[in-house]
Amino acid sequence: MTRVRGIEVERGQIVRVLVIAALFALALFAVPELIGIYWVKILTAAAIYSVVALGLGLLYGRVGMVSLCQIALLAVGAWTATRMLYGTGLPFPIVLLIAGLVTAVIGTVVGLPALRISGLHLALITLMFAGTITLVLQIIHFPNGGGGFQGQLSLGELQDFRNIRRPGIATSDPGYYRYTLVVAALMFLLALWQIASKPGRAWAAIRESEPAALAAGVNITRYKLLAFALASFMTGVAGGLLAGSAGALSPVAFPTQDSIVLLAVILMGGIYSLWGAVVAGLLVRLLPALLENWGVSIYLSFLLFGIGVLQVLATAPGGLVDQVPKDVRRLGRLISHGVGRMAGARGPAG
Amino acid sequence: MIEVEGLTVRFGGVTPIDEMTVVFPGGTCGLIGPNGAGKTTFFNVLSGFVKPAAGSIRAFGDDIFKMADFRRARWGLRRTFQQEQAITSLSVFDNVAMVHEHSGGIRSSRRHEILDALAFVGLEVSPREKAGLLGARDRRLLEIARATVGKPRVVLLDEPGAGLPAEETVHLGQVIERIPERFGALVILVDHDMSLVSACCETTAVLDFGKLIASGPTAEVLRNEHVIRAYLGTEEQL
Repeated sequence: MTRVRGIEVERGQIVRVLVIAALFALALFAVPELIGIYWVKILTAAAIYSVVALGLGLLYGRVGMVSLCQIALLAVGAWTATRMLYGTGLPFPIVLLIAGLVTAVIGTVVGLPALRISGLHLALITLMFAGTITLVLQIIHFPNGGGGFQGQLSLGELQDFRNIRRPGIATSDPGYYRYTLVVAALMFLLALWQIASKPGRAWAAIRESEPAALAAGVNITRYKLLAFALASFMTGVAGGLLAGSAGALSPVAFPTQDSIVLLAVILMGGIYSLWGAVVAGLLVRLLPALLENWGVSIYLSFLLFGIGVLQVLATAPGGLVDQVPKDVRRLGRLISHGVGRMAGARGPAG
Repeated sequence: MIEVEGLTVRFGGVTPIDEMTVVFPGGTCGLIGPNGAGKTTFFNVLSGFVKPAAGSIRAFGDDIFKMADFRRARWGLRRTFQQEQAITSLSVFDNVAMVHEHSGGIRSSRRHEILDALAFVGLEVSPREKAGLLGARDRRLLEIARATVGKPRVVLLDEPGAGLPAEETVHLGQVIERIPERFGALVILVDHDMSLVSACCETTAVLDFGKLIASGPTAEVLRNEHVIRAYLGTEEQL
């Protein structure tokens, strides 16, 4: 054990941080050089959806509150950012921040029922909110550069349409991919920091035993709402990133059922680990693109997610990020046993 | 000192606590009675989980019912549960830290006070160990560490010895006995293990069907024939 600024740190932790930093640098610099623009865009979307999955993982994995409206909140963030990017000259990071804050307020209001109800009923209420957002979007559409609250161009002005602007330092697709990756990493660090400190301990207590949390002095109302606010903030920031990545947005990109699919993929990825959110983002955005590339129907991914969730719920509650390393270790042991037996059969060894 | 006056709790047609008036003078006080006598309900009233129909509880002069439930830990009210509630996904250290930081413990001495509480209960596992990996005895001790970290004023122990073998109850008794002198806190101990209660408690109150049937020095109370008849049964030996 080594001491860093008075905190005991295990060597394993230092190694882990270094490995993660190396992987991040690889994803940031090497990956966009190695793959085409199409795949860069796919990975940008995967990073954005990882942040959305991170929010849901926080709510469900850490606090135990089911939310089926995270994609709707993503739409709220995307809408807010789009309106600001067209209507104002504010710097991109400020727009992301405002999109996050607006979504946090709305998400916290949606979370209010969670103070009284949980489980299936909370899932239903959040799902109904998602349905409402889908409906509202179909009526007001995404802003496309016009004036007024809705920011809609009139028919005569449609030739004035320009893409949603991107930050000046990240106008190209690889540049925007890097920008997205950095913002996503900041969101993961924000989550990590909250989970490892006072709120994280309160959430763990609430999830496992509300009476124990209450007896310990945890203000359950405050920490449940904080979780909704934080998850919604991240989702709103992700929405802002999505607005910049797409050029133009359409309500059909945010169907209600995607919120349910998101729950499925985060369960598959691993609800109790931040890595699970990364896997979830890749599953929900990269996998369908790969299937399409191989000439398979992308709807096969729904079937795979269904089977995946069944498998996770039945045999591996920790999800892929928990199960795969275990399986690899088991495989390693099997191989070394096999090799050892073969060596033993060849002749007596010392 | 805790003064309970005319405390009544009703759940529909059931009255688990009926006009309970008793004083817990200080030190370690026992609270015994047959199953369903209202002991845990009394703890739940103190914790704020259950709202009483009538009556008042004053602890060291403060009206408990005037405090919001989650504020009571900050005031100094702590408890353990009949079914231990160790937070399995947190480390041993974080289990205790959770209580310390949410009950108004001072940040600068947090680490020190947490390790102190763990040492006080005699928990001999690494503070980094996940609570989910602990055995029954260690989980009970962890709960007592949570209930005593920082500045406890009233510690409610709900059957801390339940499910533990006799030799481990001895250590538990020694820990419980030392809480009042160490922290200046008042301890109320609910347990069915009479040897534990007689070893730890100077005074004991007895509930039966929600009514207080005896209270006073433990030895006297345990000789009281009402108590023997109601609680211990006539054949059972002390």
